[in-house]
Amino acid sequence: MTEALSSTPKVWQHRNRNQQLLSWFLWLTGTAIFMYCWQMISESTTWFFVWDAPRIAADIGSRMIPPRWSYISELLEPLWDTINIATIGTMLAILMAVPVAFLAARNTTPSTKFVRPIALLIIVSSRSINSLIWALLLVSIIGPGVVAGIVAISLRSIGFISKLLYEAIEEIDKDQVEAISATGASGLQKLIYGIFPQILPAFAGISVFRWDINIRESTVLGYVGAGGIGLQLNASLNVLAWPQVTLILILILLTVIFSEWVSAKVRHAII
Amino acid sequence: MGNMVTSPNSVTSEIQSTSLPKSWAPPPFIKNRILRWGLMLGLVLYLYLSVGMLEVNWTRIYEGLDRGAKFVFGFMNPNFAGRWSDISEGIIESLMMTVTSTVIGIAISIPIGFGAASNLAPLPIYLFCRAIIALSRSFQEIIVAILFVAIFGFGPLAGVLTLSFASIGFLSKLLAEDIESMDKSQAEAVKATGSPWWQWINYGVQPQIMPRLIGLSLYRLDINFRESAVVGLVGAGGIGATLNTAFDRYEYDTAAAILILIIGIVMLSEYISGYIRAGVQ
Amino acid sequence: MLEIKQLIKKYRTGDLAINGVDLKVEKGQVMALIGPSGAGKSTLIRCVNRLETPTSGEIWFNGENIVKLRSGKLRKARRNMGMIFQEYALVERLTVMENVLSGRLGYVGFWRSYLRKFPQTDVKEAFRLLEKVGLEKMFNKRADELSGGQRQRVGIARALIQNPDILLVDEPTASLDPKTSRQIMRLITELCEEHQLAAIINIHDVALAQMFAERIVGLREGNIVYDGHPDNLKPDVLTEIYGEEDWTAVRKNKAKKGTESEFDDESLSEEHMAEMM
Repeated sequence: MTEALSSTPKVWQHRNRNQQLLSWFLWLTGTAIFMYCWQMISESTTWFFVWDAPRIAADIGSRMIPPRWSYISELLEPLWDTINIATIGTMLAILMAVPVAFLAARNTTPSTKFVRPIALLIIVSSRSINSLIWALLLVSIIGPGVVAGIVAISLRSIGFISKLLYEAIEEIDKDQVEAISATGASGLQKLIYGIFPQILPAFAGISVFRWDINIRESTVLGYVGAGGIGLQLNASLNVLAWPQVTLILILILLTVIFSEWVSAKVRHAII
Repeated sequence: MGNMVTSPNSVTSEIQSTSLPKSWAPPPFIKNRILRWGLMLGLVLYLYLSVGMLEVNWTRIYEGLDRGAKFVFGFMNPNFAGRWSDISEGIIESLMMTVTSTVIGIAISIPIGFGAASNLAPLPIYLFCRAIIALSRSFQEIIVAILFVAIFGFGPLAGVLTLSFASIGFLSKLLAEDIESMDKSQAEAVKATGSPWWQWINYGVQPQIMPRLIGLSLYRLDINFRESAVVGLVGAGGIGATLNTAFDRYEYDTAAAILILIIGIVMLSEYISGYIRAGVQ
Repeated sequence: MLEIKQLIKKYRTGDLAINGVDLKVEKGQVMALIGPSGAGKSTLIRCVNRLETPTSGEIWFNGENIVKLRSGKLRKARRNMGMIFQEYALVERLTVMENVLSGRLGYVGFWRSYLRKFPQTDVKEAFRLLEKVGLEKMFNKRADELSGGQRQRVGIARALIQNPDILLVDEPTASLDPKTSRQIMRLITELCEEHQLAAIINIHDVALAQMFAERIVGLREGNIVYDGHPDNLKPDVLTEIYGEEDWTAVRKNKAKKGTESEFDDESLSEEHMAEMM
C-alpha cells in the first residue's frame, strides 16, 4: 500500500503488480493441483456405480424404515460399554496428559533442550494417529474387547489434551507465580498455588471437550473389534440388516446429543 | 460463585465480625450439600460399576506382550521397502483425497457458514444450515464412510465425499461462530455507505473473517489427512487399507513404517501451516 | 540489616539496569525509591529477593549474602522479605483467604498447603490481618471479585503474614486512583511502624513519597543520584533525577487562572504531579 502511495501517478490499486501476479499464480497452482487430484480420484472411481447411486440410496433408504425397535434389547449393553470406553479412556488420558503437558510447556519444563522435544514428540505421535488405528493396533496386540478400546481412546487423547493444556500453561500470568515464589514457597507449592488455579478452567474445559469427542469416536471402535456399539453396527451391516442400522444410528445420535448437553453444562459450571 | 449470601461461612463471619472466626476451611466448590454428595456418590458408583464390569483377559494380554514388543521393535526398525509400492500408492491416494475433500469442503462450508450465522441469515435458512451442521458433526467419519461406500461403491470417491461432509460440519460451525462474534461497528460502517448486500459482505464481513477462515482451512487440511488414513478401513480409499492388511498379517515393521510416514507428514503440515498462519495475521 | 554493595545487573539484552549501587537500610526504616521509568527501581528490589539474579555485587540481609544462596536457603531468606506488587499479583482464582495464607507457604509443608490445612495460628493471624486492612468480611470472596484497592490490601496482608523483616514494595499505587493510593500508602507505613518493619517502596509519585517516607533515594540510569531527607528534595534535585523540567510550572499556571487556583481536592493535585512526572 505504501508503495502505491509513493508512486508518482496517484492511481490507487488494491495490490501492486507483483502482488497481483503472485496472487494469480497461487490461484492457478492451487486450481491445477486440485484438478490433478480430482482427475486421479476420478480415474480410480467406477462411475457406473456412482450414476447408479441415487437409485441405491433410495433403495437403502426405503429398507432402513421402519427401524427395528425390538433390537434395542441387544443394544443397551454395547451402549453402556461405549460410554465407559469414552469415560474411562478420557480419565486415563488425563492422568498421563497432565505430566506431559507440564514437561512440554516452555515455562514449566525442566529442560528445553532434552525433555521438551520428547514431550512434543509424544504429543504429535498421539495426535497424528486416529483412535481407530490405535484400536486396530491394540486389538492386534492384546485381543478384541473393551480394554483395547479404552487404551486406544486414551492413547489418542493424550496428545490432544496435552497440546491444549501446555498452550494454556504457557499463557498463564507470570506475576501471580512470581508472587508465590516471593513468599519462599517450594517448587511444588508454586505449582499448586501459582499455576493450578490459573489453568483449572482451561483444564476442565479441555477434558470435557475431549470426552465429548471420545463418545463419538468410541461409537465406531467396535468396527475393528475394540468393544462398544460399533460391533453391532458392523454385524448388522454385514447381514444387510438395515432396520437395525437405523436404530443404531438413532441411538448414537441420542448419545451424542446427551454428551454435548453434559459437556456444555459442565463447562458452564466451571468458568 | 459470586453469591456469598447463601454461603454458611459468610453468615457466621457477619455474626462474629467483632470476635474473629478462628478456623477456616475453603468454601466447597458446589454449594448445595445434597448435590455435592450426590455427585460424589454417583461418581464413585459409576466408577465401581464401569471398572467392575470390565472383563480383562489377562492371559490374552500376557500373550499379547510378545506382539507388543514386536511392534515396538518394528518402530525401531520400520520396513519401508517390503511393500513400498503399496505404501506409496496409499499415501499418495490419501494426500489426493485430502486436497480434494478440503477444497470441496471449504467451497460448500462458506455459504453454509454464512447461512448458519444468526446475525446474517433469515430464520428458515439459519435452521436449515444448523441442521446440516448438526448432522455432519454427530456421526463419526467411519459411519458416514460406510454409508457412502454402500451407496457410491468402493474407492476414493466415497472417502472424498465422507471427508468433505465432515469438513462442512467443522468449518461451517466455526465460521458461523466467527461471523456471529465479529465487530458489528465495522460491518455497520460499510452498510451505512448504502452499499448493496454483496458489497456489504465483501467489504464489511469478509475482511474480518478471512484470517480465521484460512487458519481453520489449514487445520482442517491436517485433520482430513489424518482421517483419510482411517476411511480406508471400510474401503473408502487411502492408506488405511494397506495399514489394515499390515496389522492383519502381524507385519508390524510395515505398519510402523506407515505410521511413521503419517506422523512425519502431519508434523510437516503443522510446521507449514504455522508458517502460513503467521504470515496471514 | 540490609546492605547492598556494588550491585550490578545487566540483562541478557545488554541493557545495564543497575550500575554499581551501594545502599544500606536500617531496621524499621521506610525508604522510598524514586526515579523515572527504566531507572532500575524494580530491578533493584527484584534483585533483593532474587526474582532477578544480579550480575555482580553483594546483598547482605540478616548476615547472609543473598546473591550466593541456593534453593533451600534462598526460600528461607525469602520468607523474611514480604513483597507487594504493582498489579497486586494475587492468584485471581483463589479466595482472599487462600491468597493471604499463601504468604505462609514457606513455613508449611506441601501436603498441608495442598489440603489448605494451615496451622491454627496462621489462620488466626490471617483473620487479624484481614481485619487490619478492612477486609474481614471478604475472606471467602474470590480475588478477581475485588476492586483494585481491595486487591492491594490483600497483597499487603499476604506480605505481612510472612512475618518479614523488610517489605519490598513495587509501585503499590501505580494502578490505583489518587485517594486509594494515599490510603494504601498510609496503611503500608502504619503497618511498618507497628511491626518495626523496614521497607523499600518504589514509587514514581514524588508527592506521595515525600508524604510518607522518612528517607528518599533517587535513582537514575541505574545509579543513586540522591539519598536524603524528603524535605531536601528541591527542584534542582528533581532535575538531577528526572531531567530538565520546570518543576513549579503547574502551580504557576494554576495560580494565574484564578478560578481554579484553589485545590478543592487534595488528591487532584497529586494526580497532576503524577502526570507531570
